[in-house]
Amino acid sequence: MLNYETILSRVVQEMKPSGIRRFFDLAAAMDDVISLGVGEPDFSTPWSIRKEAIDVLERRKIVYTANAGLAQLREEVANYQEKKIHVKYDPEHEIVITVGGSEAIDISIRGLVNPGDEVLIVEPSFVCYAPIVQMAGGVPVPIATKQENHFKLTAQELKEKITEKTKLLVLPFPNNPTGAIMTREDLEQIAEVLRDTQIMILSDEIYSAMTYGKKHCSIAELDGMKERTVVVDGFSKAFAMTGWRLGYLCAPAPVAKQLVKIHQYIIMSSPTVSQYAAITALKECEHDVERMVKEYNIRRRYLVEAFNRIGMTCFSPEGAFYVFPSIQNTGMSSEDFCEKLLAEERVAVVPGNAFGESGEGFVRVSYAYSLRHLMEAVTRITRFLEKHGGKHE
Amino acid sequence: MNDLLHLLKTNARLTNAQLADMLGKTEQEIADEIHTLETKGVIRGYTAIINEELAKSTEVEALIELRVTPKRDCGFDDIAKTIMMYDEVETVSLMSGMYDLALTVKGESLKEVAMFVSQRLSAMEGVLATATHFVLKRYKEKGILIEEDEKDERSMIFPC
Repeated sequence: MLNYETILSRVVQEMKPSGIRRFFDLAAAMDDVISLGVGEPDFSTPWSIRKEAIDVLERRKIVYTANAGLAQLREEVANYQEKKIHVKYDPEHEIVITVGGSEAIDISIRGLVNPGDEVLIVEPSFVCYAPIVQMAGGVPVPIATKQENHFKLTAQELKEKITEKTKLLVLPFPNNPTGAIMTREDLEQIAEVLRDTQIMILSDEIYSAMTYGKKHCSIAELDGMKERTVVVDGFSKAFAMTGWRLGYLCAPAPVAKQLVKIHQYIIMSSPTVSQYAAITALKECEHDVERMVKEYNIRRRYLVEAFNRIGMTCFSPEGAFYVFPSIQNTGMSSEDFCEKLLAEERVAVVPGNAFGESGEGFVRVSYAYSLRHLMEAVTRITRFLEKHGGKHE
Repeated sequence: MNDLLHLLKTNARLTNAQLADMLGKTEQEIADEIHTLETKGVIRGYTAIINEELAKSTEVEALIELRVTPKRDCGFDDIAKTIMMYDEVETVSLMSGMYDLALTVKGESLKEVAMFVSQRLSAMEGVLATATHFVLKRYKEKGILIEEDEKDERSMIFPC
């Protein structure tokens, strides 16, 4: 008999299984669930992108590309980033096309972290950072952000967690799950703390195309920050291309040079069809992105007003496509709330603690759904709160 | 198009309160804007999109292409205005391309529509030719699928 417990990697076995898997399975098994749970756009990939992929399949041999990605795509990424965050990246030495933003996060952490290094992770946030840090032998150190600060990272919170072992700060804004953004002024405070240190930044900007009212600002734009920042971005959210699995990272040349080694050994090159399609996305689809963002904005305003009215208080998030209302009025834990809401009203939202302990007391509501869908969900949630004594105005 | 019109086009039954939330305005502002749009004639009416089959409607609908001779001074307007006076005619549009006017016509039976075309339209002065196409099935109207809701292929995948 094989004893898998002794065979399997200790790090992997110690990796926390996702607590909300069970909840997701529960939701998936039910009929007529109104889900507000997914983290991907409801829009289809714009037609011109899909058409380009079809043409590529017809015209070309689908062979590997250069390890770092098609030269033309890297150039377009450089143009796009320069336009968006006003930072110039050299397409040849500073950009790597990856399998989604996920791979970019993975190779960045692996390329930067030595065993024992501490990695500061802003929470609540996307759940993959800590497990990847652990696999690299690093120590994840969460920094809890607070609702009263609209879930922004403050300089004080950052300073408190820095030690001489701190290697990297993971800065995920616009934020999943809170919808928080960091303005230039907010980022300037953070930059000030980091300026005279050796601490690097992993800026996960996968939602950067989705900000409302304010333009996205990257920490890489600020003085002295580009040289210590790996910017991660991708096509999934902005262009509604989740299933195409394509993202990228922009990093200083000495960093990118090392990261591309990991990429070449584990991936070789990112999906070729997707890379060609992504060129079209960057060149031709700006107005499609605008159209989608405009639609998200309408839904965002509707949900924020609706939740505040029924006593699930939430600040007005300025990015991504999530609202993060408080459920503390109900006296329930996040998981309790979500399970009861699912069982009684067939509405699925994600418990806030899935994104770190500091998310307890909140739920993540995605508005990557049609207004009709959202309005039905609000009706059901209102009924649920009336039954469970949520406070009303 | 402004955001208010865009929203009303997708769902004209949104309440002023809902529209106010969605557009970041007050209910009063929405009410005023809609009133202005209505009095100025920008909004001409509100209607429902119906699955005629489920509604057990027996009406038939036809698309009719018309080639006509434009009149001196008033071009196609004169004949278009005459045609649109008939109750059977639902829409009248001036077209570019192979023919001039496109109509949709409704009637209780194929025969009724056919008779309308042959007796009323073809006989009209200035009408050179007609082509009648009966609608067999409607899949989508004004951006809305008639027979089924779009399937959401996404599932709650962890992590994301």
